[in-house]
Amino acid sequence: MSFLELRQVSKSYGEEATEVHALCDIDLSVALGSLVAVMGPSGSGKSTLLTIAGSLEEPTSGEVLIDGAPLQAMSRNDKARLRRRTIGYVFQDFNLLAGLTAVENVSLPLELDGLSARKANTAGMTALEKLGLADRATHYPDELSGGERQRVAIARAIVGERHLLLADEPSGALDSTNSEAVMRMILSACKEGIAAVVVTHDAQLASWADRVVFLRDGRVVDQTVPPPSPESLLEPSPQPSKR
Amino acid sequence: MSVRHALLALLSEGPKYGLQLRQEFESVTGEIWPLNIGQVYTTLQRLERDGLIESDQPEQEGPQKGFRITESGSEELSAWLSTPPDMTSPPRDELVIKVLSALRVPGVNVHDLIQIHRRYLVELMQQWTHLKEDEADFDLQFALVVDAELFRLDAVVRWLDTADGRFKRAALEPPAQPAMPRLARRLVVRR
Repeated sequence: MSFLELRQVSKSYGEEATEVHALCDIDLSVALGSLVAVMGPSGSGKSTLLTIAGSLEEPTSGEVLIDGAPLQAMSRNDKARLRRRTIGYVFQDFNLLAGLTAVENVSLPLELDGLSARKANTAGMTALEKLGLADRATHYPDELSGGERQRVAIARAIVGERHLLLADEPSGALDSTNSEAVMRMILSACKEGIAAVVVTHDAQLASWADRVVFLRDGRVVDQTVPPPSPESLLEPSPQPSKR
Repeated sequence: MSVRHALLALLSEGPKYGLQLRQEFESVTGEIWPLNIGQVYTTLQRLERDGLIESDQPEQEGPQKGFRITESGSEELSAWLSTPPDMTSPPRDELVIKVLSALRVPGVNVHDLIQIHRRYLVELMQQWTHLKEDEADFDLQFALVVDAELFRLDAVVRWLDTADGRFKRAALEPPAQPAMPRLARRLVVRR
């Protein structure tokens, strides 16, 4: 069953002559344990899709369901709780709070959700350990490398009982080695049962996903089919399927 | 891929048998390029004929025949390693030709056409990336081969993305002059 579902989602800005259609009739479903990449050029609507899926923005029409519950029917408080408990966000520029240490950044959403500082800290440390960052827990963001900062951001996105991870160009500011590390972490979170959506213009990043959805001018124009076994690469001359 | 030079590289570590060379060749290429044993022996015979390798038992044939690199073999290997492959003239890339040809064919939506190729390339990249998933099986040589393939495919996807963007802009503002004559002139000068 889908954990995240977008049904005929459209989003427009402005009115009449100045109206811009950022998204048109988007259908997308992402199950727990699966990683979906949304690929498209700048201005194709990728980031809008992510903010709508994460309840940060309302669609003009259509429906977004998270774990079967329509966002439209939720109060502002319910949505805020959903964002604190269920959804984790990863941004290109990390969005860490400069005045907090790594572990404080990671445990902040749990504390805001009412968990005691001690319990939140323990959960934060567990998330950092998972990403190999336990020894950097008391460092401030400006004492960390770009790769480490993004790992802290991923730890913050998966801390506690999160089920949905939404990432916007998560490795945009990183070199290819760190980008690969970031995608490995997101993939490993998916294998532990999280549903993830990564939006990117980068094909190498997108290729970590189970499914790649292509966006153009706010519409889904295509998607990859589940790839055949990698072993077929070792057979002579793989040919494209004609569709 | 130069099998000839790869075999010289393996022999630069010390004398080896034909069968051993085949196994090591496959291992250093991350087992991506399987090598026929017949191809190994044919290449070894040519290398021996050219004086780049030699054998202790010239009269013996088969898997027990050992080879070692000669001085001129080492010189040849060193020269090959440091000579950049010829990448100066643009290759006649089939995909580039398809996309350029599509511009002349009435009724073809070039954006849809680009997407067909983009999807195929990304699906191929997904397959290569899946090979990377299990880090335990992912040794250095294998990683380098898979990375090379992913970067190659990625470059083609980027070209398609750029072409897509250019076509979109060109539809809004058609260029006054075609750019091809200038490019052709420069290529002629370089050659």
